[in-house]
Amino acid sequence: MSLTYQIVVCGSLVPDPLQTLEPVTTTAGPALKNETMLPAVLDPWAGHALFEAAYLAKNNPGSKVYFVSLAPKAKLQQVMMTVAQKAGFELIAIDGPASGFTEAADVANALADTIKTIPGLDMSKLLVFGGWESASRGAGATMQLVGEKLGITDQFQGVDQITVAADGSFEILERVEGGKHQASKCAGAPAVLGWATGNLPEPPNNPQIGMANMRTIMPALQKAKPAKIAAEGVTFASVALPKQQRQTKIVKDMSADDIAKEIIAWIQQ
Amino acid sequence: MDPAITGDTNMETILVLAHTEADGSLAKPALEAIAASRNITGTLIVGLIGADTQKAANQIAGCGAAKFLTVTGPEFSQPRYATDAAAAEAIAKAAAATIIIVPHTSRWGRVAAGVAARLSGRADTHVTGISATGITRWYYRQRMEAQMTRTQRPWLIAIDPGCTVPLECAAGTATTTPVAVTVSSRTQVTGIKAPEARQQTIRPDAKLLFVAGAGWTKKQADGATHVPEAAEIILGFLNASKSSLGSSKSLVDISGEGQAVLPFMSHLNQIGQTGSTPRHAKGLSTCCHGEEPHTVGWRFVNERRAISLDPNCGWARGKADVLYVADAFAVMRKVTALLAAK
Ligand SMILES: Cc1cc2nc3c(=O)[nH]c(=O)nc-3n(C[C@H](O)[C@H](O)[C@H](O)COP(=O)(O)OP(=O)(O)OC[C@H]3O[C@@H](n4cnc5c(N)ncnc54)[C@H](O)[C@@H]3O)c2cc1C
Repeated sequence: MSLTYQIVVCGSLVPDPLQTLEPVTTTAGPALKNETMLPAVLDPWAGHALFEAAYLAKNNPGSKVYFVSLAPKAKLQQVMMTVAQKAGFELIAIDGPASGFTEAADVANALADTIKTIPGLDMSKLLVFGGWESASRGAGATMQLVGEKLGITDQFQGVDQITVAADGSFEILERVEGGKHQASKCAGAPAVLGWATGNLPEPPNNPQIGMANMRTIMPALQKAKPAKIAAEGVTFASVALPKQQRQTKIVKDMSADDIAKEIIAWIQQ
Repeated sequence: MDPAITGDTNMETILVLAHTEADGSLAKPALEAIAASRNITGTLIVGLIGADTQKAANQIAGCGAAKFLTVTGPEFSQPRYATDAAAAEAIAKAAAATIIIVPHTSRWGRVAAGVAARLSGRADTHVTGISATGITRWYYRQRMEAQMTRTQRPWLIAIDPGCTVPLECAAGTATTTPVAVTVSSRTQVTGIKAPEARQQTIRPDAKLLFVAGAGWTKKQADGATHVPEAAEIILGFLNASKSSLGSSKSLVDISGEGQAVLPFMSHLNQIGQTGSTPRHAKGLSTCCHGEEPHTVGWRFVNERRAISLDPNCGWARGKADVLYVADAFAVMRKVTALLAAK
């Protein structure tokens, strides 16, 4: 029996991690300084989820990957220019803020409501993928909430591997404390998988995949519905950069022996 | 004052939820969560989940809880979403909790937000402090720290391990109230996969985090790479010092692309933006440039030293306390030799 999946990957944008980020206060709550100007990248762990989804779909012919993204439309378009060359998918865009200071619950509602509208959605084939934590809010909450809204109680977080068996069951490895993995066996779809780094290197850009994706990406961006995303009920008393800037002592011209002795003394203090 | 976590006029019902360990006891993160709950005024209820919960209740009999609610049974020994979420939901409802505190272990991290949703509440995770006026947590991968509060109840707060001094209280014989939960799951936990003991390089309780960067695999002054030697030096130091091994992304990426550069390294060792943010008293970085996406993972490492050939690397710019501009091969070989001689 061949297995086919509908793999829905949820992922958004984050500021390029090489940028300096600074918080500012706005009437709508905290935000990033020059947020609209900051170059954005696909949220890294969501990116791994997308690459794993494409790989799983390739190995199970007839499967389809959807990429559901809530982000500012114009920025999403920019990021899609490169992401679309890496994996085949159908984009479903929702227009809204990608800020870390918004509520995961609002984002999850918008994502789940959108997933429910996918034509021909079949729960027995559905795998909902995403990053286990974003590089913005970093809460690890959104995917759980999407799962709850869709009624999926087989959920896994910090996933590094999925291995599908011929009967449709799969083994999952999740990160747990102390550099270990917890192995679980799940009877089959539907399931929610919040991915960590996984095992695949980032795919190289493939212009052919990019061209194929672009045919659906532009209409999807045009159709993107705005979502109301806020942080109702939350009061931020402060958002600040860490105060700790160290006065680095730079030690040059010290012999390896002397450095070693100093390091040992420090370790053993 | 903030509407915050309220004072005497509006007492909270604070529920601390914890899982029992395989031996029936409570681990340190659970004791930290109970200790953190004491910063809020209210009635404390403890909820315990596991195959057997009496030993754990007795362990903390003197913690001041008004009640111990338990969900007990072999199916609740497995860390998995369906059973953990159902147990937590049932206890929270039985307790009529307004504030729920859990330790942000991998087990609670898997269900915290889902449980809050079932209770029509909200969750805040990776919290690093709880006080009478709210919580502290970080945004954008430890780049900025926020003090915040919220009006929604129940409010589930997952506090990161290592942020609070664990509870110390008298043991005794606790009276527990069982809460019935019927739940099944299509998932079975089949075990833990860990590297062999010799290669178990991640030691969360170690005082020292030792970080290796991609420089260990780069061409050295003689124009050649010395990877086997690097592996031997790194493992030698780890074994002698019992420190925990972290890595930069560049180094584990090389290892991951089929080149098996350093076989004891994986993405689990990676520190930083797309890696972990461990808590250690001290950190020693070697052959690593100290770029921001790496050093955000050092947020909770208190004392930091680095060895790099580059005097202008990221560590020099206020990220390390001391930067030794030196050859890490020579220094670390010597350090290990001195440690071994002690
Ligand atoms: C989206 C995204 C996410 C990222 N996430 C992470 C992350 O989670 N973690 C992370 O680490 N990086 C991350 N990065 C990558 C990061 O920006 C850097 O590229 C990476 O940290 C560099 O690794 P490195 O310092 O080991 O290597 P390099 O930059 O190659 O530096 C090697 C250093 O070794 C020194 N060296 C060489 N030989 C010796 C010697 N004998 N003795 C002493 N010093 C020597 C060199 O002088 C140099 O400073 C991320 C980047 C992006 C874009």
